[in-house]
Amino acid sequence: MISRTARNIVGLSLGLLAAGGVLAAGADLGNTTKQATNWVAIAMFAIFVAITLGITKWAAARTKSAADFYTAGGGITGFQNGLAIAGDYMSAASFLGISGLVFANGFDGLIFSIGWLVGWPVITFLMAERLRNLGKFTFADVAAYRFAQTPMRSFAATGSLVVVAFYMIAQMVGAGQLIKVLFGLEYIYAVIIVGVLMMCYVLFGGMTATTWVQIIKAIMLLTGATFMALAVLFQFGFNPEALFAKAVEIHPKHLAIMSPGALIKDPVSAISVGMALMFGTAGLPHILMRFFTVPSAKEARKSVGWATTWIGYFYILTFIIGFGAIVMLTQNPEAYYVPKMVDGVQAIGADGKPVWDGLKGGGNMAAIHLANAVGGNVFLGFISAVAFATILAVVAGLTLSGASAVSHDLYATVFKHGNADSASELRVSKITTVCLGIVAVLLGIAFEKENVAYMVMLAFAIACSANFPVLFMSVLWKDCTTKGAVAGGIVGLITSVVLTILSASVWEAVMHNPKGSALFPYSSPALFSMSAAFVVIYLVSKMDNSKQAQLERSLYPAQKVRSETGVGASSASAH
Amino acid sequence: MNDDIVARIEANPKYHELVRKRSSYSIVMSILMVIAYYGYILLIAFNKEWLGTPVAPGMVMTIGIPLGIGVIVFTIAITNVYVRKANTDFDDMSAEVIKEASKK
Repeated sequence: MISRTARNIVGLSLGLLAAGGVLAAGADLGNTTKQATNWVAIAMFAIFVAITLGITKWAAARTKSAADFYTAGGGITGFQNGLAIAGDYMSAASFLGISGLVFANGFDGLIFSIGWLVGWPVITFLMAERLRNLGKFTFADVAAYRFAQTPMRSFAATGSLVVVAFYMIAQMVGAGQLIKVLFGLEYIYAVIIVGVLMMCYVLFGGMTATTWVQIIKAIMLLTGATFMALAVLFQFGFNPEALFAKAVEIHPKHLAIMSPGALIKDPVSAISVGMALMFGTAGLPHILMRFFTVPSAKEARKSVGWATTWIGYFYILTFIIGFGAIVMLTQNPEAYYVPKMVDGVQAIGADGKPVWDGLKGGGNMAAIHLANAVGGNVFLGFISAVAFATILAVVAGLTLSGASAVSHDLYATVFKHGNADSASELRVSKITTVCLGIVAVLLGIAFEKENVAYMVMLAFAIACSANFPVLFMSVLWKDCTTKGAVAGGIVGLITSVVLTILSASVWEAVMHNPKGSALFPYSSPALFSMSAAFVVIYLVSKMDNSKQAQLERSLYPAQKVRSETGVGASSASAH
Repeated sequence: MNDDIVARIEANPKYHELVRKRSSYSIVMSILMVIAYYGYILLIAFNKEWLGTPVAPGMVMTIGIPLGIGVIVFTIAITNVYVRKANTDFDDMSAEVIKEASKK
C-alpha cells in the first residue's frame, strides 16, 4: 500500500516533468505518505514556536501605529533585512524540491537553483533604491505615486492579492503534505497550526514579529544546510570530484546525472520560464514590501546584496546535499527506501539483490533522510522542524502583504480617499489578517487532493506580467499614464492566467484533459503575457492625451528627483 | 515644501550626470546578467553535449557543473559590486547634489 503510493509519487513527479510542468515541478512538494509520529521533530518545532511567540509578545509592545505594523517602524538594518528577505524567499519547496531533484536527476537541479536566483540582480539594479525612495508601505505607493489613486491602487491591490492567493495555497498544501512525512501527523493539523500561528505573528507582532520569524528561520535553515553539506564533503576529503565519482558509480542513471537531462525541452519554454523567474521576483508583493522596513536607500541596497548572497549560497548547498543524498542513501537502502513487494515478500532482481521502490515518504525526502544519515535522529528532528518553520515564515510574509494591500491601498486610499487615521487603518489590517488566515486554512483544506504544482509558477507569471511592468514603467518612463498602466496591467494579469489554464500543467494535469490537448504548448506564459503588458502600457499611454495624462507627465521630473536622490523620501519611522 | 529643492536639483548638471552614470551602470550590469543566465539556458537548450563533456579526461565532473555554479557565484558577485558602487561613489554624488540644493 505504502509502496504503491510512493511509486505513484515518483511516477507522478516524473510524469509532471515530462508533461511540461518542467521547471514548475520543483516548486511543489507533491503528494506524500504519512510516516510514524516523530516526537523529536515535534519537540524541536515546539521550541521554535515558543521562541517566535516570545518574540511576538515583545514585538506586540512596539507595534502601535500603522507604520509599525507595515514596516516595523523602518528600523530594520540592511543586514537584518537581507536575512529576512532570504527567509521570506527560501521555501520548503526549494529546499526539499531542489535537493530531491538533484537526488533523482543530478545536474537538472542546478538549472532550477540558477533560475530562482537570477531575479535578485534585476531587483538590485532597477528597483530596490527607487522603491525605498518613492514608497512608504506597499508597492502601490510607488506605482501610484504620480497617478490617479483610485484606479492604480485598485489594480495594484488586486495584483497583490491574486499573487498572494496562489502563493499561499501552494504553501498551505505543502505544509499539509510535509507534516505527514516530517511529524507523522494528519494533514489538517498542519493547515490549522500554520493558519493559527501565522495569524498570531502578524496580528500581534506585525512586521516586527514577521521579520524576526523570517530571520530566525533563515539562520536555522542556512546553519542546518551548511552542516549537511560540510558533513557530505568531509567524507570525500572536501574533493567534489570524489563525491561526483561515487555518485555516478552508484546512481541508477550513472553518468547521465552529470549532464542536463529532459528538463529543458524547447528554447521558447526555457526563455519564458526564465523571464517569469527573473522579472517575477521583482513583482512579488511580499518581497517588495520588505524594502520599506529599512531606513534608507543605502540600507535597501545592502538588503538585496545580503539576500542574494545568502540565497545563492543556499542553492549551492542544496546541490551538494542532493549529491550527498545519492551517495549516502543509496548505500543504505534498508534504512531509507521502501522495499518493492511482490506477493508479500521483497522482490529480488536479476542480479540477486533486493529491489527497492523509491524513498520512504517520496522523492522530496532526500534532504530529510540525509539529515538522519549525517546527524542521527536529533538532527533529523531539527531539519524537519526547520522545513516546517520555513513554510510558516513565508506564509506570515504573504499574509502581511495581503493585509496591507487591503487596508492601506483599498481601505485608506480608495475607500477613505486618504483620510483614514492610523488607528482605523491598523484595525482594518488586523481584521483582514484574521480573514486571510481563515481563508488560507479553508483553501488549504479545499486543495488537499488537488495538484498545485502550477501555482507558484503562476504566481511568478502574474507578478512578472502584471505587477512588474506597471511598477517598472511608472517609475522609469515619463510618458506612462494611469490609463496605460492600468490597461497594460490588466492585460498582463488576464493573459498570464488564461495561458496558464490552457497549458499542460493545468489543462492536462489538473483538468484531466487528454495528453497533448493543451492549446498553449509552453511551460510558462511569461514571454507572451509580460510582452503584452508592456506593449499595451506603451500604446495606451501614447494615445492618452487627456488633461489627467498631461498632468501626470508633468509630475515625472519631481518623481524622478525623489526616486534618484531620495529627497523628500518617507523616513518610514513616522512616529 | 520641497518644490524649491526639487527645482534646484533638476537645474544642477551634477544631478543629470549622476542619473546618467548610475543608469548606464545598472543597464550594463543588467545586460551582463541577462547574457550570463540566458547564455547558460540556451547552451542547455542547444548544446547539451558540450555541457556534458568532462572537465578533464578521466574525470566525471562535466563542464556544465562549474559553469552552473559559476553563474550562481557571478550573480552574487555582480549584485554586491553594484551595491558597493552605488553605496559609495553614487551616494557621494547624490549627497553633494542634495547639499548644493539645500544650502541656497
